[in-house]
Amino acid sequence: MAQTPVLPRGFELPLEPRLPRIGSVDAVALEERAATLAKRSIKKDSKLKAYDLAVRMMDLTTLEGADTPGKVAALCSKAMRPDPVDRSIPPVAAVCVYPNLVPTAKLRLEGSDVKVASVATYFPSGQAPLDVKVTEVREVVAAGADEVDMVIDRGAFLSGRYAKVYDEIVKVKEACGAAHLKVILETGELGTYDNVRRASLLAMAAGADFIKTSTGKVNPAATLPVTLCMLEAIRDVYDETGRIVGMKPAGGIRTAKQAIQYLVVLHETLGLRWLTPDLFRFGASSLLNDVLMQIRKQKTGRYQSPDYFTID
Amino acid sequence: MSELETRHSPVPALTEWDYAPAPEAREIVQLEKRYGLFIGGKFLKPRSGEWFASVSPSSEETLAEVAQANEKDVDVAVKAARAAFDDGWSKLAASERAKYLFRIARLLQERSRELAVLESLDGGKPIRESRDVDLPLAAAHFFYYAGWADKLEYAFPARKPKPVGVAGQIIPWNFPLLMLAWKIAPALACGNTVVLKPAETTPLTALFFADICRQAELPPGVVNIVTGDGSAGAALVKHAGVDKIAFTGSTEVGKAIQRELAGTGKKLTLELGGKAANIIFDDAALDQAVEGIVNGIYFNQGHVCCAGSRLLVQESIYEATVAKLKRRLETLRLGDPLDKNTDIGAINSKMQLDKITELVESGKQEGAEIYQPPCRLPEKGYWFAPTVFTNVAQSYRIAQEEIFGPVLSVLTFRTPEEAVEKANNTPYGLSAGVWTEKGSRILWMADKLRAGVVWANTFNRFDPASPFGGYRESGFGREGGRHGLEPYLTFEDAA
Repeated sequence: MAQTPVLPRGFELPLEPRLPRIGSVDAVALEERAATLAKRSIKKDSKLKAYDLAVRMMDLTTLEGADTPGKVAALCSKAMRPDPVDRSIPPVAAVCVYPNLVPTAKLRLEGSDVKVASVATYFPSGQAPLDVKVTEVREVVAAGADEVDMVIDRGAFLSGRYAKVYDEIVKVKEACGAAHLKVILETGELGTYDNVRRASLLAMAAGADFIKTSTGKVNPAATLPVTLCMLEAIRDVYDETGRIVGMKPAGGIRTAKQAIQYLVVLHETLGLRWLTPDLFRFGASSLLNDVLMQIRKQKTGRYQSPDYFTID
Repeated sequence: MSELETRHSPVPALTEWDYAPAPEAREIVQLEKRYGLFIGGKFLKPRSGEWFASVSPSSEETLAEVAQANEKDVDVAVKAARAAFDDGWSKLAASERAKYLFRIARLLQERSRELAVLESLDGGKPIRESRDVDLPLAAAHFFYYAGWADKLEYAFPARKPKPVGVAGQIIPWNFPLLMLAWKIAPALACGNTVVLKPAETTPLTALFFADICRQAELPPGVVNIVTGDGSAGAALVKHAGVDKIAFTGSTEVGKAIQRELAGTGKKLTLELGGKAANIIFDDAALDQAVEGIVNGIYFNQGHVCCAGSRLLVQESIYEATVAKLKRRLETLRLGDPLDKNTDIGAINSKMQLDKITELVESGKQEGAEIYQPPCRLPEKGYWFAPTVFTNVAQSYRIAQEEIFGPVLSVLTFRTPEEAVEKANNTPYGLSAGVWTEKGSRILWMADKLRAGVVWANTFNRFDPASPFGGYRESGFGREGGRHGLEPYLTFEDAA
């Protein structure tokens, strides 16, 4: 009689039994809903309130091969005091940098409430062995990163090896210790909203504190419908388990008007409770100055030239 | 408290974020004090000598006075239409007719902001809807039928299509300008002239349309607009000089019209009431299905003949669906129709509000469980909070009768067969919605559902190219698409 083959070690379970209901997403209706919400007209006080919140929710980001300690130091100053002329402007939530620049950022931000976030796990591709990724995470945390922005292994995800993706997130989460984990899905590479939803649930099940759309290195990056899709997944996890997970759209958000659209989608999907930098962040580099410009316009009634706002 | 909140010092969330008022400018609409009847290209004083007020349902203020047409007025209008038909419109080259329709379509687009504001003022619907739905669709209808005007021979090969003559058209108050477009565009494209009677509570955009006809230099008498209550409509139906009646409105009036026309040889199409089932299967994309439910029944305060007023949910996802739906209702913004953030506007009239209130009371009496989200209703005007009834039995009045308001009845089913049975268990048959990710099931359901329109994974979606109309007590005849030409034509082969 033929012998039952011995299963190899580390075989991958299908994901389905680990989640109650993955469900699906209807692309047409999702995009329609996002477009409707984008048409909300936010004016006057409600607008100023949104701008103030947008600044406090910002992860001011620089992720270039050309980043230097000097560049990061300048960014940190901007993060702590975005508008030197207007003291009522709050500091941003965090500065987001590559691992090598974490020590500089840490030093420059000392004594402030601005957090240091570092990308890790072989950002942006995630195509490296697990132990390399875990070591990188341990190092950035040891160097003082308060928050770690990891990328999922899209190669594994798109070839159906969901458990590999899941297990990696679990390992990275362990390596984070007290640091706060944001999981980047790179939605621009996932192809469908169904995949975005599946990846969102997977990341949350594996322990993500935040789920994040994009690295900023792939087009399209964050979009309103993709963000809505992820917020709905967050809502379902909250409904079914009580677990509260944050959201970070990143990449492609450049104008204050867009920021308000994201806040409206957040507000009308998850409610007031999520309107805090603890649970929502914008990953952006050029957004801040547009928001500052709009705040000053709202306060003075006049637009000022971009030269009145510091580059970084 | 979550791990996250304990680990970091929590930053308090906003405790409120009220959107500041964002009203669309009302000044764009310049209203006269009084509007006469638009007959033969001119505004005429009514022979009846009577006028009535058109009231804004959101503020109860009088917007303008409008003429009440009597039998004599209708007679003048029909004669004007006949004269225009005989004198040239029916003989005009089809490509020339098309030019007028294109011109009207473009004028509707150019004046869309003004007309959207007026539609919201006069009818109570949110500006978001009149701006994004009513106006673009009305213009699209004219563009679409303009394209058919010189292609009728190809639409009906070897049948020698000819215009019918004078069309009497009676439209409802829920989509005043859009229903006007549905009626007038195909009629003119086919070479007919029309006498149109807008609804008593919403005559103003039709009167502005009269001005657009003048701007487009449409020959006098091709479009005539007579305002008034039901008696003016009845006079139009009875008039011997009318060759075709097109009516959109209640089933009761539709039946009366059909009785009246029996034996007269006049052509008739009726687009009447509905009690549509919106059917949600357990594999549906749930969040989007909830959006579809909301759009199905709360769009235009539920004043929609094809509204998805009966929700049929598969029992295995009943609780999740109802929970999501209730939460979604809390985010609906009810109030000033001219505010760009308003989702739910005013109920069209006091009479309609009373009818909704009475039916909702009956639902409570019969034992259904009512849910309404907390929302403040303005003191002036006619308002009704979005309402969901659960624990509804098929036999309750709220599951049987058309409410024509923002009131949803939720029922459950276990299998696709049961869903079909329950959906078809109504004297109506206008529309239905099916929500499932399974394509084969969509086709199977569409085949079994007795409804003129079956939407799959969407609801209340309209396109001028798509025919619309009902079964049984929802009426007969189709509007839109190539099918929509047929009621306005006679054919040699039919003789």
